[in-house]
Amino acid sequence: MALKPVSPTDEFVKGLWRDNPVFIQVLGMCPALAVSNTAINALAMGAATTFVLVMAGLSVSLLRKFIPKEARIVSYICIIATFVTCVDYIIMALSIELHRALGAFIALIVVNCLILGRSEAFASKNKPGRAMLDGLGMGVGFTFALLFIGIVREVLGSGTLFGVSMFPDGFQTWTIMVLPSGGFLAMAGWLLIVNWLRQKEDDAARRAAEAES
Amino acid sequence: MTQAPVEQKKTTAWQMYRAIVGIGAFCAILIVGVYMATAPQIKINQERFLASAVSEVLPAAVLTQAVALDDDGQLVVVEENADLPAFLGYDAEGNLVGAVMTSEAMGYQDIVRVLYAYTFENQAITGMKVLETKETPGLGDKVEKEPHFLANFEALDARPAADGSGLANEIVTVKQGEKTEPWQLDGITGATITSVAIGHILNISAQVWVPVLEREARAIPAPQPPAPLEPTEEE
Amino acid sequence: MKDVSYWSIFLNSSLINNFVLAYFLGICPFFGVSSKIGTAWKMGAAASFVMLVASVCAFVINIILDIIGAPYLRIISYILVISSTVQLVEMLLKKLSPPTYQALGIFLPLITTNCAIFGLALFQTNKGYSFSQAFVYALGAGAGFALALVLMAGVREKLDLANVPQLVRGTAAALVVAGVLSMAFMGFAGLG
Repeated sequence: MALKPVSPTDEFVKGLWRDNPVFIQVLGMCPALAVSNTAINALAMGAATTFVLVMAGLSVSLLRKFIPKEARIVSYICIIATFVTCVDYIIMALSIELHRALGAFIALIVVNCLILGRSEAFASKNKPGRAMLDGLGMGVGFTFALLFIGIVREVLGSGTLFGVSMFPDGFQTWTIMVLPSGGFLAMAGWLLIVNWLRQKEDDAARRAAEAES
Repeated sequence: MTQAPVEQKKTTAWQMYRAIVGIGAFCAILIVGVYMATAPQIKINQERFLASAVSEVLPAAVLTQAVALDDDGQLVVVEENADLPAFLGYDAEGNLVGAVMTSEAMGYQDIVRVLYAYTFENQAITGMKVLETKETPGLGDKVEKEPHFLANFEALDARPAADGSGLANEIVTVKQGEKTEPWQLDGITGATITSVAIGHILNISAQVWVPVLEREARAIPAPQPPAPLEPTEEE
Repeated sequence: MKDVSYWSIFLNSSLINNFVLAYFLGICPFFGVSSKIGTAWKMGAAASFVMLVASVCAFVINIILDIIGAPYLRIISYILVISSTVQLVEMLLKKLSPPTYQALGIFLPLITTNCAIFGLALFQTNKGYSFSQAFVYALGAGAGFALALVLMAGVREKLDLANVPQLVRGTAAALVVAGVLSMAFMGFAGLG
C-alpha cells in the first residue's frame, strides 16, 4: 500500500468493505455485540465511535511530530480517553434515554482496540486529512456492521425496526436474538455471509488470472 | 506523499516531558470545555426525566419537594437529590397528596430499581414504574407491561401499623389469580421471580418510609417558591 | 447496596452476568487465546489478577475524584492508573517471582487495556459497591472470565479434530460456540 500512491477516496472506502473493522479485521467486537440489540442503539454507538475515531485520528496526526516514540501509547490513550469523555457528555446532553440505553458502553469505547489500532498504525504516520478520512471510513464501516447486526437482532428479536412494528400481530418474536447469545449468533451469521462473498471474489479473481495466463 | 524518515536520534527527557505535559494540557482544556458546555443541558435533561417519571406515578402532584431520611430516621428536606431520591408531592393549592420513593433489590438477573408513589388519602401505593431492569426480555419485563399486574397499583394497601413500626400488612406477591387481600400483589406466571422481587422491593422500602411519612410529612412546609414540575423550555 | 450478600455478588459476576458471555467484555482475548486449555488457564489467571488490581485502583480513584469533585476525569484516570499499575506489577513480578512472570507475564500487557478490566471498574462504580463488595465482585468476574475461557478452549480443541467446512472455520465457528455457551449460562439466572 505504501508503494502505490493511494487516492483519498480509497482511504475512505477501504474501511467500508475491504478492511471492514468488524467483519474482516474482527476488531472492536465488545460494543458491536453488546449494544446491537436494537438498530437505534447500534446507530448511536456507531456514531459515537466514528466521532472518536475521526477526532483521535486528527489529533494524533497533528501531534505526530511532537510525540516522541517512547511516550506514544500513553499519549494516544490520553487523547482517546479525552474524546470519549466528551462524547459521553454530549450524548447525555442530547438524550438521557439514549445514554441510559448505552450505559457503560460509551465509556468502553476507550478500550476499543480499533481506535488505538488506527491511531498507531495509520494516523501516526499520515497527514491530518488522510487520517481523518481513514477514521471516517473505518467509523462508517463499523457503524454499518453494527447496524446490520442490530437490524437482524431487532427485527427477529422484537419484531420491530427502529421501533416500528414489522410483522402482523401473530408473529412470535425470537427472544433469543435480543439476549446475549443472539448477538453471537447474528454476528456469526453475518461473518459467514461475508466470508462466502469474499471466497467468491477470490475465486473469480483466480479464474480471471488463470484465463489471462 | 512522503513519509517522515524513521528518527534514529535519541529522544531527550525534555521532549518526553514536553509531549506528556502538552498532551495533558490539551486534554484538560478539551474535557473541561465540553463539560462546562454540556452541564446546563444535562441538568435540564435529568430534571425533565425525573419530573416525567414522578408525574407518571403520581399524576396528582404539581409541586415536589425532595426529602431524605437522616441518620435517626427523621424526615428532612434536602437540596440535592440523594442517590435514592424521595419526593413529597403537593397539588396546586399546596396540599400534600403523596410521596414518591425509589427502591431497589436483586431481581432474576440483576438489580431492579423501581419508582413508586404512596398516596396519603387512601394510604396505598398508587403507582409503580420500573426505572432499571435487565430482566429477560419477553419474560421478566412483563412487570412493566402486563395489564393485570399493573392493575395492582390502582390501590395497593400500605396502611402503617398502629404502633408506627412498619406496615400493618406486609406487601407480598401471590400466584397469578390468587389475590384476595388489598395488600397482595397479583403475580405473573412466567415472570414469577421478577414479580416477587417487585413485591419485595416495595415491601422493604414501604416498611421504612410509610410510618415516617405518616408521622412527619405533614409537618414539612410545602415548597414556597413553586418550582414548576415540568421544567419550561428555557435554556 | 448494603443488603447484598457476598455470595450473591460472586454468583452474579461469575455466572449469571458472566463478563464474556453476558456482557461481551474481553471478547478479543476470548477468541484469541482460547484455542488451547493450557493457555486459557494462564490467561484466565492473569486476567483475574489484573481485575483485582483494577478493582482496588478504581475504588481509590473514586474516593480521590469525590474529594476533588471532578467526575469528568473518571474515564481518563481509570485507564491511566490501571494501565500503569499493571505495568508496575509486571516489573515487580519479574523481579520477585520469575517463575510466575514466565507463566503469566506475556499476557499482562495484552490484558491491560482490555474491555473486561475497564468494564469491571465502571460497573463496580455504577453499582456503588463498598470496598469488600467490589473485591468480591472482581474475584467473581475473574473466575467467570477464566471459566468461560477454559470452557471455550475445551470445545475448540475438540472442534479442531472435527470436519468443519472451510467457510465456517475460525471466528465464525467460535462465535457459534460462544452463542451456545451463552445460552447455557442463561440457565444460571435466578441463582442469586
